[in-house]
Amino acid sequence: MARELITGNGAAGYVLAQAGEANRSARGCCCGAYPITPQTEIIEYLRGFEFAKGRVVPVESEHSAMAVCIGASLGGARAFTASSANGLAYMAENVFAAGYFRLPIVMIAVNRTLGPPWNIWADQGDSLALRDAAWVQFYVESHQELVDTILMAFRIAEDSRVMLPVMVCMDGFIVSHTQMVVDLPEQQQVDAYLPTCSIPHRLNVDRPATVGGLAWPRETEHMRHEIQQAMERVPAVLEEARGEFEQVFGRRPHGVMSAEYVDEAETVVVASNTIARTVRNVIEQRRVGGEAIGLVSAKLFRPFPRDAIRAALHDKRRVAVLDRNHSPGSGGIFWQEIAATLQGCDVEVLQDYVVGLGGGDVTPDVVNRIIDDLVKRETSAEPVWEEVTA
Amino acid sequence: MSIALTTADQPCEHILRAGNTNCAGCGMSLGLQLLEQGLDGARPTLAIPACCGIVTAGAFPTSGYGVPVAATTFASSAAVATGLSTIAELNEETEPVICWAGDGGTYDIGLATLSAAAERNENIIYICYDNEIYGNTGGQRSSATPEGVRTTTTPKGKCEVKKDIMRIMTAHRIPYAATLSIAHREDFLQKIRTAAATRGFRFLLLLSPCPTGWKSEPDESVDLIEYAVRCGLFPLYEVFDGERYRVNVRPDGTPLEEYTSRQRRYTSADVDLGHLQSEILKQWRLLDGLCNAFPAEGKMAGRAPKRN
Ligand SMILES: Cc1ncc(C[n+]2csc(CCOP(=O)(O)OP(=O)(O)O)c2C)c(N)n1
Ligand code: SF4
Repeated sequence: MARELITGNGAAGYVLAQAGEANRSARGCCCGAYPITPQTEIIEYLRGFEFAKGRVVPVESEHSAMAVCIGASLGGARAFTASSANGLAYMAENVFAAGYFRLPIVMIAVNRTLGPPWNIWADQGDSLALRDAAWVQFYVESHQELVDTILMAFRIAEDSRVMLPVMVCMDGFIVSHTQMVVDLPEQQQVDAYLPTCSIPHRLNVDRPATVGGLAWPRETEHMRHEIQQAMERVPAVLEEARGEFEQVFGRRPHGVMSAEYVDEAETVVVASNTIARTVRNVIEQRRVGGEAIGLVSAKLFRPFPRDAIRAALHDKRRVAVLDRNHSPGSGGIFWQEIAATLQGCDVEVLQDYVVGLGGGDVTPDVVNRIIDDLVKRETSAEPVWEEVTA
Repeated sequence: MSIALTTADQPCEHILRAGNTNCAGCGMSLGLQLLEQGLDGARPTLAIPACCGIVTAGAFPTSGYGVPVAATTFASSAAVATGLSTIAELNEETEPVICWAGDGGTYDIGLATLSAAAERNENIIYICYDNEIYGNTGGQRSSATPEGVRTTTTPKGKCEVKKDIMRIMTAHRIPYAATLSIAHREDFLQKIRTAAATRGFRFLLLLSPCPTGWKSEPDESVDLIEYAVRCGLFPLYEVFDGERYRVNVRPDGTPLEEYTSRQRRYTSADVDLGHLQSEILKQWRLLDGLCNAFPAEGKMAGRAPKRN
């Protein structure tokens, strides 16, 4: 294991390449690559990597980047790509196709504001717009978590109980372009951690199936139900992936979420990606001052880990959800999920704060302001807009 | 996992099985059979976008195809085929990867994807069966619809001229491009053999009668294509590396009316046969000029793909 000072994009490119390389004794790997800020360094890294058995195809659009991954995956190979914002939106049709085809493709989504207006900074609205595309989705806090989650993503995606694509989402710039010291795996560790990729429904001249053609409602309903069942198996498969990870790499990565100081707290803040780190710092300071506030750092968004969320939050007095994303006409998207999950529980105040859209800097001051507001609330209101740059 | 199943997934010797859903007289039916004959026993994998050609498979879990098929999104066949052929190449598998796409997926929505795959010289055979409309959605215009022709979205006849996809594709200087006629069997088979023996991107254009949309008689489909070739409307030719030309069949003076009068899509008042005839002459002046200046002589080897 090497400890290196590296950017989020550098680390993502490095780990994707190793994962691809780890399939060299099977059918190899392939990536359809197209640039968009703040993801571009990932595909640049991959284009420069000398794969023993793999190819990175420089395509003309994100739509085709995913289509190349679909073709490679249908050919039985390990496939991966990365994109952001309008790239993800342009790719969308094939993002859904990859999910419905049940192909274990891994994609890094570097979260960026969907334009217009043209804004390249962090906002989760791009990947969350794809939440219904039959992809497993993880949101990561840090560079190290990014590395660990990408490795687990391949295991989960390719697990025969799951067979679904996985998206690993990080904050644009805040993670993608900053450097941190990270434990990077060696190739032989990745080889040991990732079994070679085996796709049961890959196209095969000896078994001439037509994949993805016309289907009647009954068969379609059944296929969709199977996807739901596969999603429901993800938390258990993730637990196994963590256990194996610890054996190979000697540290235990995150699970479906991280609940911290929650047991003794009446007030809990839910956040994801790097905002969760800022919240953690603020909460730790306020605990020194005697306030019992807990944190739920949400990581797995699809499938939504309802059991874990309910267990952590069902008896809390006040819960705040911080959303760096927004569904116009409704509110924050994590909040919608948590509100649905906590139906029938005793939570008195469940307050959504839409904060940091378009990359607004969610500083400790902003988080303190939110917590000050939260602890005074007796009832929840409509989503609160916390404009950090006001 | 049911997406993976097709009940008819035992090996079958034919690309197109009996009992598929094509309309009677569909040019695809003969086209797919001639493709199989030209491939001389090779077992292709097909990437088929949204179009009549994927409806040909019929409904899950059966399939009208006896070879593996990826049903791709409308614009994506050339990119999905890129992924498939990449993995085939990495695993030293030599069976061809073939896109089988309509004119909508080729001239219109899929053009950027197609152009990019051609530019990268992917190891794919791309066959466009051109029925000059969106057949699957009920016969709307495409940029392959000829001038004057009535479709459901050009009720008074199309104002614009047909896009020349062969010029677009040969401008990519792909190793091999050719036009195919279901009325010229030997020529068709020879071109499939040439395509199969060439590496890199190969583009084949098949004028594919669609009795349903052309408002023609199903039993006249082969005759229609025969007339289209003989009157010069649909030239049969080959282009190697985008720069060496060969005409395979020359027009023989058959009047254009033999072709148009058998299709009720050509009944708009805007159809001007004199004008269409002069366009045919222009097309031949250009083609003859290219053939004279850049003749394809002897056996041609296409530009093999380079990878790094
Ligand atoms: C993105 C997208 N837009 C529209 C459609 C609807 N659609 C399906 S097939 C088709 C037309 C296909 O026409 P063509 O490629 O000429 O093939 P044909 O049906 O004539 O065989 C259209 C518009 C679609 N499937 N996907
Ligand atoms: S509509 Fe036309 S192209 Fe489609 S199956 Fe029928 S005849 Fe063939």
